[in-house]
Formats: sequence, structure tokens, C-alpha cells
Amino acid sequence: MKPEQLQEEIVTILQENSRIEVQQLADMLGVTAQAVEKQLKELQEKRIILRFGTVVNWQKLGRQKVYALIDVKITPQRGHGFDALAKRIYRFPEVHSVYVMSGTYDLSVGLEVDSLEAVGRFVTEKLSPLDSVVSTTTHFVLKKYKEDGVIFDDPENDQRLVISP
Amino acid sequence: MNLEDKISPIVRNIPPSGIRRFFDLANSKPNAISLGVGEPDFVTPWHVREASIDSLEKGMTSYTSNRGTPELLEAISVYLEKRFSITYQAESEILVTFGASEAIDLALRTILSPGEEVLTPEPCYVSYTPCIQLAGGVPVPVTTPANRGFKLQAEDLEKAITPKTKAIILCYPNNPTGAIMTKRDWEPIIQVIKKHDLLVISDEIYAELTYGGRDHYSIASFPEMKERTILINGFSKAFAMTGWRIGYVAAPVPLLNGMLKIHQYTALCASITSQAAALEALTNGMNECRSMVAQYDRRRRLVVKAFQDMGLTCHDPHGAFYVFPSIQATGLDSQTFAEQLLMEEEVAVVPGDVFGPSGAGHIRCSYATSIERLGEALQRIERFVKRKQSQLPLIKAQNQ
Repeated sequence: MKPEQLQEEIVTILQENSRIEVQQLADMLGVTAQAVEKQLKELQEKRIILRFGTVVNWQKLGRQKVYALIDVKITPQRGHGFDALAKRIYRFPEVHSVYVMSGTYDLSVGLEVDSLEAVGRFVTEKLSPLDSVVSTTTHFVLKKYKEDGVIFDDPENDQRLVISP
Repeated sequence: MNLEDKISPIVRNIPPSGIRRFFDLANSKPNAISLGVGEPDFVTPWHVREASIDSLEKGMTSYTSNRGTPELLEAISVYLEKRFSITYQAESEILVTFGASEAIDLALRTILSPGEEVLTPEPCYVSYTPCIQLAGGVPVPVTTPANRGFKLQAEDLEKAITPKTKAIILCYPNNPTGAIMTKRDWEPIIQVIKKHDLLVISDEIYAELTYGGRDHYSIASFPEMKERTILINGFSKAFAMTGWRIGYVAAPVPLLNGMLKIHQYTALCASITSQAAALEALTNGMNECRSMVAQYDRRRRLVVKAFQDMGLTCHDPHGAFYVFPSIQATGLDSQTFAEQLLMEEEVAVVPGDVFGPSGAGHIRCSYATSIERLGEALQRIERFVKRKQSQLPLIKAQNQ
């Protein structure tokens, strides 16, 4: 397997399960554990792998979290485009995601906080006062069905017979 | 009235399926991890299921033409041409069936006269032998040697041929061994087939499931082979559609017309809902198919290495989703191995002799199971194998 191919295979598997043992990963790819370690190191150094993450259903843990998606219209700054403003926004720890969007607004800001008030505070005190922000529209997430490719409902049982030819 | 006497001797003489006994046994352990399943663990891709729902909403609930819907026949023709470079006319050389299973039965009933022999390279899928018998033929096994990776050998084939030999059933990629036949592997076989003027029934249901850059090579794509080959394929394995019961057969017109005759009187047509799903799978499903193959391949490497690390002989299968390791190093026969493994470690595998006597001493393990469960099952098998091997000197001593 070529190094690029190996890297792609590694990240594909890790995206599904980042807790997999290096040896098992190596066995799945038909290479040595050392070869996997080497690629993992490179993938992290190059920031191709940014983090080994976990998708959590906080509701089941009894924690109420409030998720909001905020559409932001802005005036781009000469020489910086959207970058300077995006940077000012993404540094807030409660900001979960920031995307530049095509269409009727410019930035989509995902927010994850503990209360409704916290959303309000963020929008009125932090986001709206920023110079280039023209307007904001806040949408609240009412229920999560699927996130990062993971379905929140319990998976369907294996329907197959125990033994078949 | 003794109803047993009323049953046709042909049916009466077919022994109960060897897999059946094991199935009942496995059902007594509902929590067992099963590596005994001959079908994908994936659910049919959503866009395929969605297409069939859409067809129902549109009220597509009627019979179709005996051969199948024109759209599906055309899609199959295009697929066979593009994928395996074999040209079949959609309107005259293809028939949509209830899975590859119906196609196997149609093919055998179409070509066989009572007493004619059909060669079955073994170990093989459990249906061939009874289907040959039900069609009035005589199955003649040809053992494929484990030390040659279970590939069919021309000299073994030659030896099994008699004046009564009519045809050979080929299944590559193979269930249960995972063996495939490359272009070079086929060449000597084709010489023998042509020399003895045999018909070929080629069950290519696992055609999409090949690994390590080795593509499936259909025997029908060789010059002068299409005219003597009945090519069988389906959607079950490539698109995870086993429950839809949808497959097809492609063959030269006279053979296809024979099969069509039986099909129109016994089945009429394949389910229209399944045909709608199959059309969607073939037209827009290749990406999902490739993604499933990539996942099988990772599991395959993991499983082969695990068995080799246990010290069991396990050839590297390049197709299907089975490994077929030898368990002789444990001192157990395959039935005992499978039974004890189920009872002691709650892992279900299929004893190899179910696939013919030449499968004795092996077990079939399907890796169509999630990596997590596969990893757990392999740990249990390893523990089991070690335990049996440590008991081996004791048993030998007792026997002396």
C-alpha cells in the first residue's frame, strides 16, 4: 500500500472508531504496528488528524445543552476578507463551528452552551457588537437526530439468522 | 396412510441439510457471536430501499414481463459489458430471477436429462448437489486442494469427466473457501472444458467481492466461452440485498429460452418491488458497494492474520467474505470443533464438511460482522484453540 493510500485508510477507520488499538489497525491494513505509528505521527504533525473525538448524546447523561445555529451577515474587511472576523468569532470557546456559507448570509456559527440565556448573551454582547457584523438570525436546535454521521436513535438489531449457507 | 411413502424418492433420498442441525444447535445459544452467517452484515443502502418505497408509492405492484422490467434488463446488460466485458442482449439473453438460487435451479433443469453428470468443485455451496439431484442429474465432486488455495486444478477436472458429463458448476469467488480464479488459473481449465464440450454454470454471486487489487475474471469473457456458459449473478452480496431475493441469469438465446420456459410457468416474474430496488442499486449503488468491499478487506486481513497467529493453516482468501482455516492442529474434527466452540466460547462457525467431504478438517468463518464483534470472537477462538492444543498430548496418551 502506498503511504498516501495507507494514510487515507487509517483516517477512514479512525473516523469510525478513534479508540482502536494500533495493533488491530495494523492487522486490518496488513502492515506492521510500527508502520501505523509512523503514519499516525505524521498525520498529527501535519494536522491532518486534528483531534481524536467522541460523539456524545449529552441528553442521556442528564445534561441539558443548548445548541444554536446563527446566520451572520457581515461586511468583509478590505485585505482580510472574512478571515479576521471569523478568527475573532471562533476564539470564543462556546463557538462550536464556524463556516463561510454561500447564499443569503455569510457565516454560519454553531453554538453549544448550557442555557438559553447564554445564547442571548453571546449574540447580544459578543457577536452583534462586532464592527463588521451587519445582522444575525439565531436558530435553536430542538432535537438532534444525527451528528457527524452518527444516528442518535439506538441501532436496529441484527436481523440475520445465526447460521446460513 | 403413510405420507412418507407418498413423497417422491428423489426428494426422500436427499439428506437433510448438514447446516440445519448446526443451525438448531446455534439457536440454543442466542447470545453467541456468529461467524456462521452467509450474508452481509450491512443493511441495504438507504437510496436503494428508498427507491423501492417510491415504487410502491407510485403503485408499481403488478406483474412484470417474465424476463423482468426492460429498464432492469438494460441496466444488467450495461453492467456486464462495463464491468466484465461480456456482451449480452438485454431483450433476449438475460432473465431476472428470485435470487441466484432460482437461476441455479433453472439452469440445471434446463440442461439435464436423467442420469447426466454435473461436476461440482468442492468444497462448495450447499445447494448445488441437491439441485442437481432434483433435476435428475448425478453430482460428481471434484476436490479442490487446500494446498493450492482451493483453486480448481485441470488434472483433477480431467480425471472426473466421463461420457455422461454434461456440465460443471463453478463458483468463484468461492463460498466457503474465498478462493478466486485469475485469468491464468482459468486457462488450463478452459482447455479441458472445450475438449470435452462441457456446458458451464458459473455462479458469480460474489463477483464484486474481491480484494487486494485482484479483479473478478468471468469465465464467460474468454473467447468461445460465452456460447457454452450460463452466467449467474445477483444483488444479494454486492449490494447487501439478500432478503430481496433478486438475481439474474445471462446465457445464449437457446439456453435462456429454456430457462425462461420454466421460469414463466413456475415463478412468472421476479417481485416488481425488488426489481425497482435492483435497478437503483445497479445504476447508483457502485460507491456503496466499493465502500463495503473496502470494509470487508480490512476485516479479511485481520481475520487471516489472527488465524495464522493461532498457528492454524489459513490460506489467504481473495474473494467473498469467508476464511476457511484448517483446524486439524487442534486434534478435533470440524463438527466437534464447531460444536465445542459454540458450547464453550459461544462463537458460531460452520463446520467445513457441510460443504462436502473435502471440507472436513476446516471451518468456515464469515467476516461479514462488525470489527468489534469480530475481534471479540477471534479472542475467544484463540483461547479455545490454545486450550484444545494443551489437551492434545493428554488425549494422545489416553489413546495409546
